[in-house]
Amino acid sequence: MTDATSTRRGADFDLFGFLARFAPLIFLLVLMAGFAIMEPKFLAPINLFNVLRQVSIYGLLAIGMTFVILTAGIDLSIGSLLAFAGLVAAAVSKGGLSNRFTVGEGQDDAGYAWYLAALTAIAVGMIGGYLQGFAITRLKVPPFVVTLGGMSAFRGAALLFADGGPISGFEPNFVWWGQGKVGPIPIPVIVFLVFAILAHVVLRYTRYGRQVYAVGGNVEAARLSGLNVRSVVTSVYVIMGFFAGLGAFVLSARLNSAEAVAGTGYELTVIASVVIGGTSLFGGVGTIFGTVIGTILIGVLLNGLVLLKVSSYIQQIIIGVIIVLAVAFDTFAKSRRRRV
Amino acid sequence: MTEPLLRMKGISKRFPGVLALDNVDFEVGPGEIHALLGENGAGKSTLLKILSGAQKPDAGAITLGGEEISLSHPHDAQLRGIVTIYQEFTLAPNMTICENVFIGREPGAGGFVNWRKMAAETRALTHRIGLDLNPMTLVRDLSVAEQQMVEIARALSMKSRIIVMDEPTSALSASEVEKLVRIVRDLKAQGLSIIFVTHRLEEVMEICDRYTVLRDGKLAGGGAVAETNIDGIIRMMVGREVTALFAHREAPTLGPVVLAVEGLTRRGDAQDPHATVLDDVSLHVRAGEILGLAGLVGAGRTETARAIFGADPFDAGRVTIDGKPVAIRSPQDAIRHGIGLVPEDRKQQALFLSLAIRTNMSVASLGQLERFGIFVDEAKERKLIEEYKRMLNIRMASPEQLVANLSGGNQQKVVLARWLALRPRVLIVDEPTRGIDVGAKVEVHNLLFEMARSGIAVIAISSELPEVLAVSDRIVTLREGRVTGEILRDQADQEKLMAMMTLGASRAA
Repeated sequence: MTDATSTRRGADFDLFGFLARFAPLIFLLVLMAGFAIMEPKFLAPINLFNVLRQVSIYGLLAIGMTFVILTAGIDLSIGSLLAFAGLVAAAVSKGGLSNRFTVGEGQDDAGYAWYLAALTAIAVGMIGGYLQGFAITRLKVPPFVVTLGGMSAFRGAALLFADGGPISGFEPNFVWWGQGKVGPIPIPVIVFLVFAILAHVVLRYTRYGRQVYAVGGNVEAARLSGLNVRSVVTSVYVIMGFFAGLGAFVLSARLNSAEAVAGTGYELTVIASVVIGGTSLFGGVGTIFGTVIGTILIGVLLNGLVLLKVSSYIQQIIIGVIIVLAVAFDTFAKSRRRRV
Repeated sequence: MTEPLLRMKGISKRFPGVLALDNVDFEVGPGEIHALLGENGAGKSTLLKILSGAQKPDAGAITLGGEEISLSHPHDAQLRGIVTIYQEFTLAPNMTICENVFIGREPGAGGFVNWRKMAAETRALTHRIGLDLNPMTLVRDLSVAEQQMVEIARALSMKSRIIVMDEPTSALSASEVEKLVRIVRDLKAQGLSIIFVTHRLEEVMEICDRYTVLRDGKLAGGGAVAETNIDGIIRMMVGREVTALFAHREAPTLGPVVLAVEGLTRRGDAQDPHATVLDDVSLHVRAGEILGLAGLVGAGRTETARAIFGADPFDAGRVTIDGKPVAIRSPQDAIRHGIGLVPEDRKQQALFLSLAIRTNMSVASLGQLERFGIFVDEAKERKLIEEYKRMLNIRMASPEQLVANLSGGNQQKVVLARWLALRPRVLIVDEPTRGIDVGAKVEVHNLLFEMARSGIAVIAISSELPEVLAVSDRIVTLREGRVTGEILRDQADQEKLMAMMTLGASRAA
């Protein structure tokens, strides 16, 4: 009978499903093994931590992007928003906005503490995200268009704000968040992993997490099940903004400088990380675990290519091809799901 | 029997973990209307896909007109004159009728389209099936029935010998079905063979010459329709006696009026010519009662349900619960007031196909499963799922299974469980048994009875009159957005209902 067959099918070991689930991890391990054989230095702990440190900013953004893509949305504005948030925060830490716009005065050294800078960066990011979420849910403009607009607008805002060039030289407590270490582990890596765990808990174990998956899985069904679709969709862009702000703070700390061109092109790498990690651009499918693996995978790839002295131009080509292949795989997996 | 036009012999097809077709023979004679029947999952779709060239069989041979053929691509099948019209149409809505009919085969020369010729030929084809429409009309401006005619015209334009129709009547109103039946008979008279896949056995008895029944991927039987009856076919389909088919329940005990709607009005959308207007719709339903809502497609049944549930806005009218007026502007409002809706399109409007059964079932009642304000209490959730799995007899391997892997009947039970978990006062079910097999239909009916017995006020919408008559205690009919009548089940029969739905006559008790 129908029901019996479907039950049997469900109980069968599904090789394809298994591969789809662990493909990113398997690919990562294969890649690491390959690089290790070609270049033994690759596996040195210092290099591995280096990889993690390099990807931690991407990783923070990718966590936010996972929420967005789970609702079948996209955010292209993150690099620009990051630059803008970083500049505002840097200005705050250097003595406030008034100082910056006081013509002819030398900046006094009485800046604000690092945590005010961090809060500022995060607040700017969240406000930027909220504005975009508002445009998407209330003005009903597709996320692609809204955030394409945001990509340009926030970059413009950053350039306007940075009229006097980059803002550099922060207090040591600020810089620690980018350059410090606990034991051998760089602080940005710790920030990344802590927020990854937090985000995993939110998506996997909370009501809100369920709602994100539901809205991404089927908007109409979510609405008819009594979910507040608008607020869920808006919220993911606010969360994305939170991570853009946090990323801006950590990046500024690491470079000990904030500048208007920061974060250029980050959206592509971040979206690649999320998609490679198995999150479907169609929404409703994906995990933070996958995103972490996807992020590390991109980092390993870039790092390994550098060690092998592959030109950065070729690296860009490779990232581009991988993004397309990952989406092709996703589309294939979706059509398979539908056939079952 | 004469030499068959189409003969499929020993067809087998295996998918991972399931043998979808097991050595099936299928024959269709020339000029014959042949019903292909079976419960969901019996193998009908797979057989159709093989016949249309979308899938290749693992074993078996296909002969057409005595000649052995191989169909490895949909294009092969079309060239051989086998054209399939799927349940979900494959028309391009933003193109004209004639472009759709001749898509990919436009008449003309040198890469240019000869529009005049294309329009003239389209007109000739549509006249052949009694459709009088300007070939330059955009398909999106057509009704569902008219779009189906365009599909048929396209099939004819391919010089087809066999037209396969997958559930052609499921989206049509009764008068449209009649028209389709006339067309199908015409085509038969012109020498074409039609393969008809349907769940509506009355139609089989009325239209078809012969039938074939599949069960669990095997041939269960077949023969001339004239030599059997509906019960015989159902027995063959389910392999058991279905005694309770479309049975009534005992006289219900009715409580006070729970939901009342007065003067519900929704003006049409100027942008959308098909928008159905709700015009002064008033109705009520009591605790423990099942109110049937009957009408032809487009009569405003679904629109009434969606307006009550807050899924669509309405311009005027009042909804009261227990006599107190309530403001319902969104599904959230409706749910807060104890109203639930099982929407008509399970896959598009109810299910999260990419998610597990667990999430699908608990999505509306997460509020009750809350822990520490934000977390989902998964132990409680498991208990809830276990409870409804038993209560509704849902056949599933585990709550983590994707809901997409369940049969239609079990999917519908998951949706019902989602609402029952909310303990609604009023549950509106729109086409609760659409696309699910006979056995599961009976189960869903019994579930509706049980819900009513437990005191829920149920509003049931169905396009199938036998179903409306079976489940309802009282029936309200609609036509063109207006209430045209109300009748108690004991006094109603199909003819009376049909008259109320089409003529708007008899405002009975």
